Order: sequence, then structure tokens, then C-alpha cells
Amino acid sequence: MNIVEQATKVTKTAAQGLMKKAVELAPDSWIPGGNPDPLIRQQHGHVGKPVSRLDGPVKVRGAAPFAAEFATEGLVYASVAFSTVAKGRIATLDTATAEAAPGVVLVMTYRNAPRLKPMPAFMSAAKAAGGDSLPILQDERIHWNGQPVAVVLADTQEQADHAKSLIHVVYEAEAATTSFEADKARGTEPALFQGELMKVEIGDAETALAAAPHRVDATYRTPRHNHNAIEPHAATVSWNGDELRVHDASQAVVHTAWSLAQVFGLDEKQVHVTSPYVGGGFGSKTLWQHQVLAAAAAKLAGRPVRIALSREGVYRMVGGRSLTEQRVAIGAGDDGHFTAIVHTGVTAMTRHNAMPEPFIVATRSAYAADTFKLDVEVVHLDMLANTFMRAPGEAVGTFALECAIDELADRLGMDPIELRIRNEPDKDPTQGTPFSSRHIVEAYRTGAERFGWHNRAAPGTRREGEWLVGMGCATGTYPYYRMPGGAARITLTRDGRATVAVAAHEMGMGTATVHTQVAAERLGLELDQVTVVYGDSTLPGVVLAGGSQQTASMGAAVIAAQHALVGELLKLAGNDSPLAGLKPAEVGGLDGGLCKLDEPERRESYASILSRAGRDEVTAEAEAPMPLELQHWSMHSHGAMFCEVRVNAVTGETRVSRFLGSFDCGRILNPKTATSQFRGGIIMGLGLALMEETQFDERKGRVMNPSLAEYHLPVHLDVPAIDVIWTDIPDPHTPMGAHGIGEIGITGTGAAVANAVYNATGKRVRDLPLTLDKLL
Amino acid sequence: MTPFSYSRASDAADALRRATAGAKYLGGGTNLVDLMRETIERPAALVDVTGLSATIEERQGGGLLIGAATRNTAVAEHRAVRERYPVLARAILAGASAQIRNMATMGGNILQRTRCTYFYDDEGSQCNKRVPGEGCDAIEGFNRIHAILGASPACVATHPSDMCVALAALDATVHLRSAGGERVLPFTDLHRLPEGRPDIETVLEPGELIVAIELPPPLATRSTYRKVRDRASYAFALVSVAATLAVEEGRVKDVRLALGGVAHKPWRAFKAEDALRGQPATEQAFRAAAEAELAHAVPLHDNAFKIELTKRTIAAVLGELAGEAA
Ligand SMILES: Cc1cc2nc3c(=O)[nH]c(=O)nc-3n(C[C@H](O)[C@H](O)[C@H](O)COP(=O)(O)OP(=O)(O)OC[C@H]3O[C@@H](n4cnc5c(N)ncnc54)[C@H](O)[C@@H]3O)c2cc1C
Repeated sequence: MNIVEQATKVTKTAAQGLMKKAVELAPDSWIPGGNPDPLIRQQHGHVGKPVSRLDGPVKVRGAAPFAAEFATEGLVYASVAFSTVAKGRIATLDTATAEAAPGVVLVMTYRNAPRLKPMPAFMSAAKAAGGDSLPILQDERIHWNGQPVAVVLADTQEQADHAKSLIHVVYEAEAATTSFEADKARGTEPALFQGELMKVEIGDAETALAAAPHRVDATYRTPRHNHNAIEPHAATVSWNGDELRVHDASQAVVHTAWSLAQVFGLDEKQVHVTSPYVGGGFGSKTLWQHQVLAAAAAKLAGRPVRIALSREGVYRMVGGRSLTEQRVAIGAGDDGHFTAIVHTGVTAMTRHNAMPEPFIVATRSAYAADTFKLDVEVVHLDMLANTFMRAPGEAVGTFALECAIDELADRLGMDPIELRIRNEPDKDPTQGTPFSSRHIVEAYRTGAERFGWHNRAAPGTRREGEWLVGMGCATGTYPYYRMPGGAARITLTRDGRATVAVAAHEMGMGTATVHTQVAAERLGLELDQVTVVYGDSTLPGVVLAGGSQQTASMGAAVIAAQHALVGELLKLAGNDSPLAGLKPAEVGGLDGGLCKLDEPERRESYASILSRAGRDEVTAEAEAPMPLELQHWSMHSHGAMFCEVRVNAVTGETRVSRFLGSFDCGRILNPKTATSQFRGGIIMGLGLALMEETQFDERKGRVMNPSLAEYHLPVHLDVPAIDVIWTDIPDPHTPMGAHGIGEIGITGTGAAVANAVYNATGKRVRDLPLTLDKLL
Repeated sequence: MTPFSYSRASDAADALRRATAGAKYLGGGTNLVDLMRETIERPAALVDVTGLSATIEERQGGGLLIGAATRNTAVAEHRAVRERYPVLARAILAGASAQIRNMATMGGNILQRTRCTYFYDDEGSQCNKRVPGEGCDAIEGFNRIHAILGASPACVATHPSDMCVALAALDATVHLRSAGGERVLPFTDLHRLPEGRPDIETVLEPGELIVAIELPPPLATRSTYRKVRDRASYAFALVSVAATLAVEEGRVKDVRLALGGVAHKPWRAFKAEDALRGQPATEQAFRAAAEAELAHAVPLHDNAFKIELTKRTIAAVLGELAGEAA
């Protein structure tokens, strides 16, 4: 970024600052969530029931169509060739043999690809979804090792793959920047994340640290991680004249449609993206070059194209979590009171994305301290653009912070839970805003009791045969987000059925199920009377299934749409209705109709209202209000994570034997789907702690383990029974009293494992993953 | 994957007839087909040998003859194997996953190829095993899983099999057949060290077929296998130890010891065995034997830990067997 851009950002930030102050000071009732959602009071309806996933049966039968399963007439299959150098240019590109291979329709390279604009990089505009902003097959330049250099289309996938292996490329390599250490030595730059400088300074933390009677000051390292959703990225695309149809695997259908429109110079409405089922996203199922390549190739061939990346293809083309090197220093008084928190460090990104892994975000609100110094710096490497991966920032940031707290507790001779509680803030420690809902202490107390925390012994003292046994804990935390752009449409028919439409996503979390429950409750209907439609860019709303915000975004949008619907129904009901004269805010859904909220006998059924008005159906669509609540309150979820490990004294092998997550995440809408989300996050956290690591060979800037055989994720035997409990205390300021829960499980988990390993062995490992060689 | 022809052999003679130049035998395909997908192997023809002998026969004197097409699971589950050669059953069950073991054959397991990631990267990395003389990217690269014993400047890859480590410790022999006739080789002579030609991994002649594996009567009733790895299952060994131990009056009467994950071939620890015979069966003696075996181990950048890990694992395994014997 140049100086002018920097300055513009700063001015913008200043204006945002003023606005922010005004929102902070506004009365609660002006703010969304200022008046609690009436659903919070409803205790015995659909919300809170362990409803099984409505999409379960179709998935078990194999009848749920995923992106690579849509049959289309005349379909051809794509295979992508990747560069093997990190920087330079293509000197010769020989595609003749490939073109002559059996079944080949065409080979697309920079020489014959349609002219395309780069993808708008994620976060560079409201609906931008691109993983990077590089030219796609527009010239002979190479920007990362693994960049697509050619696409083969053939009648079968096997033919395409074979022909791809016959493409011969010679590169003229140039000196690339691929070494983190070397680039760091040349200097770092401050990180801008979502337009915000990743820096906080309150008081003089370094001086306070130096003066503190007790302190820790250590460096923690986390490696690169790759995305490994069970469904590799795929799309089936076709053109109908100037209209582009994309069956995608997406957690951002509207963003993807808009962004593809920019690439191909179309109107957003000319691109139709659907994604009814997604086999996991975790931040990776946005727009990457493969959808663009498929659409460009389809245009060139005049035929529909299916692109289904191999696992290696995902590693080469779809970014993951970047590496971090974090310093955490905490100063404390004799009573454990924090006098200083320093959390600074460096992460790597590229010049063509806007994603510095923001590892300090959790530290901004986790603990009270007299002084703070938080700072994320970046270096820019020639590599595949890194991206969001489950709890970006928090997953690795809490590893460093929560290990440091454990180290400090050890030095102080204090129980680490008590040390945390000792520093529990009464308002947001860096923003000064009140918390909307914060019950981490309660989560710790119940968790400790249930886990048997009092049995924890001194480090290195508990041994069973060859196995050293230890316990550790850590705080997990993730913000409550709600992004602008939520909208919903509700259609109610005379037979008392409702269809709720939002351009949201079902990636296996249970979205459709939970929102059926919520909508049924809000409308006063049974579950089988409500259908939630989603995963289609033509539906209302700009809803990202990311940042754990989809539940809130949909929740607020449906509140707005229901409000509008009630307004319409009251108009239709007219003066002969028992509801006559009531305002929408006084009315709610009950037993297949509307009633006065505080006088439920005053009611009329939907059927009756619509029949009298001679209508078959009524539709209302509305947008959710701007998410000002995020500036008015400090809104966060928390988890007290408890881990027991066994470390083999002979071999250093670590096995997790027990885990408990005790969560404070507002009201739980569906205990069954919620438990799976928490557990899934924790399992991913066990991988982060013990084994996940992308081997990025800095000599060539190349990923060396692009395969699930060599990139280790936890297998069943690595995962013990995981106990999950929650406070279930509604947040009075959110729709349904709920928080999104998709990401919190991975936060704190890495530190809980590392702290348990320390307790078992007396060895402190600060570099992830915690492999056995570090414990020998 | 490069196009190829496929045919199925009815017996060993038929297999040899079909194995023209450029052909490869196909067992369960769990390694070969993966390598073909990565274009590391490009056979013109596949000769399916899963129809060859898959029986486990008792031999006179108490040994077993296992047909090369026998599935790994069938061997691990076989009663005589479990009773007399627990090291073999355990080694097989420590490898891969149940699904892969159900497909994998004895012959295929023995001839599976290294997991060196530079070997697997046909497009982007240099490897003398793939292209002799091209150079080795692993020596200065990621080499945590690489060899500490018997490596060469040309290649530091390891043989990944668990089962083979047990076979090396059991004094097994391999029955081979080629156009020239039949021969029987000690299992430990089958695989080669890399030296200057890491692409030549065994002493097999082109087209030579493994028809069976023979296990002599066991040296001792106690034998075991221990595998150290990065996750609890479904990971290759960082280090593994197969051992059988006979103790008499507190002394080592005889011992067989083999190591996995440390060399280009399943590594029979002859030096340690020699150091142990006749010694008291004590922890110190076990540790000293391990030290003797690893005296000439050469670490690479990422794998120095394996030297200590191997010593510890050897001592622990022998200690466990001695404890059982006592
Ligand atoms: C993800 C994964 C994890 C794994 N983990 C482990 C592990 O932890 N431990 C472990 O030991 N193994 C592991 N394996 C490897 C597995 O054990 C081998 O793939 C399997 O044993 C190979 O047997 P196959 O019959 O499928 O061989 P194939 O793939 O069919 O053949 C392998 C080779 O043997 C040759 N061949 C086969 N039969 C004969 C014969 N009769 N005569 C001459 N040549 C023959 C073939 O030509 C080929 O070169 C793993 C594999 C995978 C894919």
C-alpha cells in the first residue's frame, strides 16, 4: 500500500472513530438489540430443542447434490496445471501434445484465455470474495509456486488429468521472497485488518513490564495450516448467452456472484450462484481462481465445465492460515494483578490479498490490565494468498496468550484459573464499552468442578507406567459478529405454511435446521410448516457464512422480515379482526396465527386473516438494521477449555485422554447441532496443537505435503470423548439471545493442550505443532 | 495417470508370460495406483497378481509359507501367525488403515515405495530415485521422516513398511520366480541401500515375481513390534522396532532385532544382536546394544531426534520382552 492509500485509510478511520463514539454513547433503545428479542423469553417452544438435522436423511441416502454432482448436457471436465516456481515468467509453454491427447476439447493458457479482470480481493469491497487480486491466465507472469498456468478440458476427468501431465512448461525463474526470517530481517510493515490498524497502545506497557515484580516474556510460533474440508473445492458452470450459471461449493453465494460479475464485466444479476450443500468451508469456500478458470474455459469451449480440485489442487490454489511469530509478555503484581500485557509479532501475507492473520484480536478484550501494547506486523512473501481459517486470529492468538498466562501462574504459584479470574475485566479493557453478556467465570467454575481440576498435580509428578499425565486449561474466546447486509423474505400461504428465504449457507453446521426452528417459533408454526430456502444468490441478503455471524445475520433479518409481515397481515386483517388497532411491535406469532404479545387470547389465525382478505399468500421482505450493537457493547463468546494429556516418557508421544469445553455463548438454539460445532472446533484445535503443519519449502516456496497422508489431521484414535457443556445464558442484546458458535471451539484448545503437556512433563513447548521430537 | 492396459494372471507362470517390458505387477494397488495417479509410475501394462497363491501353509518343522497374494489382514488374523509370530501380526496391524490392509498383499507391501515428499513431487522437485542423477531435494529440505542409517549422498529416503520390519526380524525368506527359474533369498538381502542408485530398490531382476514368503520356526515365543508415530493411527513410523528375545537364567540366549523408519531398507540390527548375545538381560545391556547399533547414525537437519528415539525404543522393547520372559 502506498502513502496516499495509507492516508486515506487513516482519515477514514478517524471519521469512523467519531461515528463510533456516538454509537457508544447512544441510549440502548436506539441500538439494535436494545429491546430484547421476545423469543428470548419463550422457553418451551422449538428453540432450544435437540432437533436432528433436517438434511440428514438426504445426505445419508446420497441424494444431496454437491457442486461437482450437477448433471449438465455436454459437460466437459477440467484439470489444472500448476507452476513449479514461485516467481518469474513462463519462457516456453508447449501444449501441442496435450491438445492431441484423446478426449481433449481444448487447453486454455494465458495465450488464449478470455480477457478477464482480477478478482476483487476479499474485504476490498462489501461483496468482494476473491482470495487474491492477481491476473488470472492473462500473462506469462508467475506469482506463486502452484499458480495455475493451464487448464485442460476433456470429455472425462481421466483424459483431462492425463493431458495435463503432457503439458510442458519451462520457466525463467526470478529471485523470490519466500523466507520468513530473511524478509523479517529486512523490516516489517504494520497490519491493516478490515481497514483497522492492528495496534493498541494504552499506557506504557514496556515500562510497566520492566517494573513488574513478576513477568513472563516469551515467543510463540505457529506454522502454516492448509484447509482440508472433506469436500475439495468444486464448481459446475455454464453460460447461457451472457448469463453465467454456477453450481458452487460456497459460503458466500452473493459475494461470489458479484465478484464473478466484476471479473467477466457483467451485471451482478447476470451471474447466478447456487450452493445447496457444502462439505465444509471453514473460511476457504469463497471465490478462488478455480471458479474463474472454469467459467473462462466454459466460455472458450462453448460448453459447460466441471472443475473439481484434487486434494493437491486445494493445497496449490486455495490459501490457508499463515504462520505467526508472537511475543507475549505479561507483568503482574504479587497478587497476580496484570500491570502490562504485551502481545506483538509478525505474520506473513502477500501483496495481493488483505489478510494479515490478526492474532491480537482476542487479547483486546480478554483480560484487564493497567497497560497494553498490541501490534501485528507483516512481511510480504511470494506465496499463495493466505486466508481465513476457523477463528482467524483467535485460534493462534489464544495459543500464545493463554500459554503465557499459564507460565505466569506457574511463576506466581497461583492456580491458572484463579489468575484469570483475578484479572477478569468489568468492561472492555481496550474499548471501554460494557460487555453485552460475559459469564466466563461461571463457565470456569462449572467446568473445573466437572473436569476434576482439583486433581491436577505439580508439573511432572503424575506417572502411570510409561505415561506422564497432566492437566491444562485455557480460555477460548471469539467475538459476536453481525455483518451489514442481512435481509430475508417470508412468504405465508393460506394453508398456514411459511417459506423463509435468505441467501445464507448450509455447510453441514445445521443452519437450515436451526433457522427452521427459529422461524417456526417466531411465526407460531410447527417445524413441518416452515421451509427455509438458502444457498442461492438471487435470494435476499448479503450473508457471509463466516465470522460465526450467519446465525445473527439471519436472526436479525428474519426479525425484520417478520416485523414487516406482521404489518402486512395487520393491514389485511382490517377492523373486523380481534387484532384491530394493534401495532406490529405488540403482536407475535402463536399457534398458526398472530396474537397480542401480552394478551394471547386476542388472536386470529393466518388462515382466517388471509381468507377474509381473499388472499392465497402474503410476502414481506426486509433488511436487518446496521449492526451498531457491535460498537455499543463489547460482544464476545467464551469457553473454559480443559484438557488431560498422557505423554509417553520414552517416546515423547502425546495423546489427549480427556477434554471438556465449558462454553458461554448466549442461548443455545439446538443442543444437538451446537454440540457438534463445539466438538468439531475442539477436534480441529487438537490438530492445531499436535500435528497440523504445512511444509512450505522456502527454497522454492513450494508446499511439500499437499496430501492427507502427509499433512496430519486428527484421526479417530487421536480424539478422546469430548465433553461439552454451556451456561445457556441468553445475551439480552442479540437475536434469540444467541451467539454464533462455529469458531469458538478451536480457540483456547491449542493452549489447553500445551499447558497440559507442561503439567505432565514440566516441559514448555512454544512452537506448534507439539510433536514428539520437541518433548524427547 | 498415463493410459495402460490391464490383464489378470491365472498363476505364476501366466503372470511371467504377461509381464512384458514396461509392465508392472498389481497387488492391491494401494501404493502403485497412487503413484500412477501422481505420474511417478507410468507402467504400460498392469498384470494383476491377486489371483496367485493366497494361502498360508504349515511347513515341516514349524514354519509357515505365505502366498504373495495373501492380504495383509488375512495374515494378521491368522491363528498360527498370532500365536507364533506376534511381532508380525502386530506390525501389520500397526500399519495404514483397516481398509488399506484389507486390500494390500504381501508382495505389494514388501515392494511399496518411500514416502519422501520430494519423491512424490514429480512436477516440482528433484529426486534421484525418480530420475537418477537429477539430485536430491530432501537432503537440504524437510527430512524429519528420513534415514539416519545407511543413507548416501544420492538418497536419504526410508522404506516405509511396518510389516517388513517384522519379516527382517523373523529371518524370513522370499520365494522368487522369473523366466530363469526360481530362487529363495533371505528377506534381509532383498532390499538395497541407496548408494549411487537409489532408483534400484531391490535385487529383483526385471519381471521377477514374489511368489511367497517363508517364516522359519520362531526363535522364541515372545516377540513384539512397537511403532512410534506422529498420531495414534494412520501415520508412518518415525521409528519402529521389531524384536524377538530368548532369555535363559537372566541372560540373553538369542535375539533378533530390526528397525523401521531409519533406513532405505528394513534395518536388521546385527550389531546390537551381537552385542547382546550372552549378556545379562538388563536395561544397561539393552541400552548399550542400542548405542552400538546407532554408533554410526548420521542425522540430517530435521531428524537428529530419531537417534535418541531409536535407542530408547529399542531399550524399551527389549525391556518389555525381558520382563515378560522373567
Ligand atoms: C494413506 C496410506 C497410509 C499407509 N500407512 C502405512 C503404514 O503406516 N505402514 C505401512 O507399512 N504401510 C502403510 N501404507 C502402505 C501400504 O501398506 C501399502 O500400500 C500396501 O502394503 C501395498 O500393497 P498392495 O498389494 O496394495 O501393493 P500394490 O500397490 O499393488 O503394489 C506395490 C508394488 O509391489 C509390486 N508387486 C505387488 N505384488 C507383487 C508380486 N507378487 N511380485 C512382485 N512385485 C509385486 C507392484 O508392482 C508395485 O510396485 C499406507 C498406504 C496408504 C495409502
